[in-house]
Amino acid sequence: MNKNKEQLLNKRYKAEQRFRLYGQSAIFMALLFLTIFIFKIFSTGYSAFQKTWLIVPVTFDAELMMLEQNPSKEDIQDADYYDIALKSMADLDLNANEDQENELKRMVSYFFEKEIKNELLNDPSLIGKTKEVYLTASDDLDQVFKGNYPRDLPEDQRRVSDYQLKIFDQLVANSKVESKFNISFFTNADSREAELAGIASSFMGSIFSILVCLMIAFPVAVLAAIYLEEFAPKNRFTDFIEVNINNLAAVPSIVFGLLGLGVLLAIFQLPRSTPLVGGITLSLMTLPTIIIAARASLKAVPPSIREAALAMGASRMQTTMHHTVPLSMPGTLSGTIIGLAQALGETAPLILIGMVAFVNTIPGSPMDPAASLPVQIYIWAESAERGFVEKVSACIMVLLGFLITMNLFAQIIRHKFEKKWS
Amino acid sequence: MIKIKAKDVDVFYGKKQALFNISLDIEENQVTALIGPSGCGKSTFLRCLNRMNDVIDICSVKGEILINDFNINDKSCDVVRLREKIGMVFQKPNPFPKTLYENVSYGPTIHGIAQSKQEMDEIVETSLKKAALWEEVKDRLHEPGTGLSGGQQQRLCIARAISVRPEVILMDEPCSALDPIATAQIEELIDELKKEHTIIIVTHSMAQAARVSQNTGFFHLGQLIEHGSTDKIFKNPDNKKTQDYITGRFG
Repeated sequence: MNKNKEQLLNKRYKAEQRFRLYGQSAIFMALLFLTIFIFKIFSTGYSAFQKTWLIVPVTFDAELMMLEQNPSKEDIQDADYYDIALKSMADLDLNANEDQENELKRMVSYFFEKEIKNELLNDPSLIGKTKEVYLTASDDLDQVFKGNYPRDLPEDQRRVSDYQLKIFDQLVANSKVESKFNISFFTNADSREAELAGIASSFMGSIFSILVCLMIAFPVAVLAAIYLEEFAPKNRFTDFIEVNINNLAAVPSIVFGLLGLGVLLAIFQLPRSTPLVGGITLSLMTLPTIIIAARASLKAVPPSIREAALAMGASRMQTTMHHTVPLSMPGTLSGTIIGLAQALGETAPLILIGMVAFVNTIPGSPMDPAASLPVQIYIWAESAERGFVEKVSACIMVLLGFLITMNLFAQIIRHKFEKKWS
Repeated sequence: MIKIKAKDVDVFYGKKQALFNISLDIEENQVTALIGPSGCGKSTFLRCLNRMNDVIDICSVKGEILINDFNINDKSCDVVRLREKIGMVFQKPNPFPKTLYENVSYGPTIHGIAQSKQEMDEIVETSLKKAALWEEVKDRLHEPGTGLSGGQQQRLCIARAISVRPEVILMDEPCSALDPIATAQIEELIDELKKEHTIIIVTHSMAQAARVSQNTGFFHLGQLIEHGSTDKIFKNPDNKKTQDYITGRFG
């Protein structure tokens, strides 16, 4: 009898130990995947925050630029820089033939003309002189310099020729290649050239979409939640509504995208590819999330508070507005932020309403065409150039940073302002 | 003088009848205790008096309840004004999670009782004094009311209830969550408050009913078995069930 009891007890302890082990290994697995994921993204993406520059001597030859003597600011603005730009590149190898000159030109971004022009606009006294100018290296050489480029492939399978590599190595040996923080990644809009592509357009697109989404979804959802929770009679009809709100939360996001396409674009003729339409579409998706969060936090306000207010002679409206709603706000807000964070990471509906378009301008308002961060990731991931690989990871890092900040904010609101009910 | 006159009050929760034909007169400026075992309907009856049962969707009340000869179950009765006249203190202390000052000034604010800040300060002070809480909290009126002890919280709730000078105060087991010392303080307070207010208290403790009340009503299974002066109910009840309950044979 006693021995049996002992055995049983041992069995129970063992079962508990096993259970702990399962739990711990589950957590370990989850953390492991997360670590691998983050490590992979960071190790591919961190180099995108650096940009490679070639330092090339440029002679600001007035004749080649078609500039008169003592040119005005406008003259410098309108001058022809193509020839001196071309010449500076060609001068890297004085023995180059025509094909090789062409290859030399392709070692920098097509933007090099503009970079040289800016140099002169900053300092007009350079006319007739020679100065070393920083030129953005082409995306392939950028990758070569970062060590991401398979140099040992046969030449016909590479986009960088042996000749370009030879010149580049000479430049490196003379320390005429420099790597600096990639500001243009944050200030440029998208570009077909990886070395010039930036997230400014998609970042602003995301911000505008989220703002539109917030402005539509938050008031509607909060009012709906307050009405359902505090005022609506509990009957079959409200049950039906409740079930459908939960259903709405489970609808795949691409369906909302189709809705946006069919209704907002086709019927209401709203401008395509804009954060306005994106925001409205996302708000449909966010609405049920916020309603559910708001209702849950309204429910969490103890009924005794409502009774106290009602017994003091407060009307139902006063009870709700003075007591219940303020007390539920922390929960509602953190639910809202989480809903918005979800919307921020949403790709499919935005693709359907055209926010996947190539946008090389930075939107100034929700009515301007824009991409969004997750769509930008999608666009770049589809691009063939090697230079976009690190850009994808860098964009993911920015998006993740954004999301983590939002979720952190939600947590802080929840912990700091939520009342604890004894 | 009779303050409240209940006539044939029936209460239903959905199809289930919770109170049967309750008729009870409540004397002005006295304490009336409602006693009875759990689930006997005494709290339900109390909540009829300020129409707090309206909050419960499935609850319906039939019959007449006359307060100052006015039927509060009449359609013309405005619950907001009724509840201004009839204050309530609940079983568990339920101060608003706001400052002490805001707790007490809430009623006067929504009913527009105070004309100025000064007047409001006075109302808050007198209410807290009447609730015997002033001395303990006068230096921390702008701290949250939820930071007080249980007994203090309950006195804060009483101060909040009397801030609008109600004619009647309903108390639903106000001491059940409190320790004996806090209970004694509240009981003392009830004795003081009855000079200006009519008090109806639901209690589980027969000793408490005997101590604080002048009249007692005994409820059992949704019926008012017996009511009368507390002395009579406790010493010489007419009904056998009352006798059994008082002496602790059931309940």
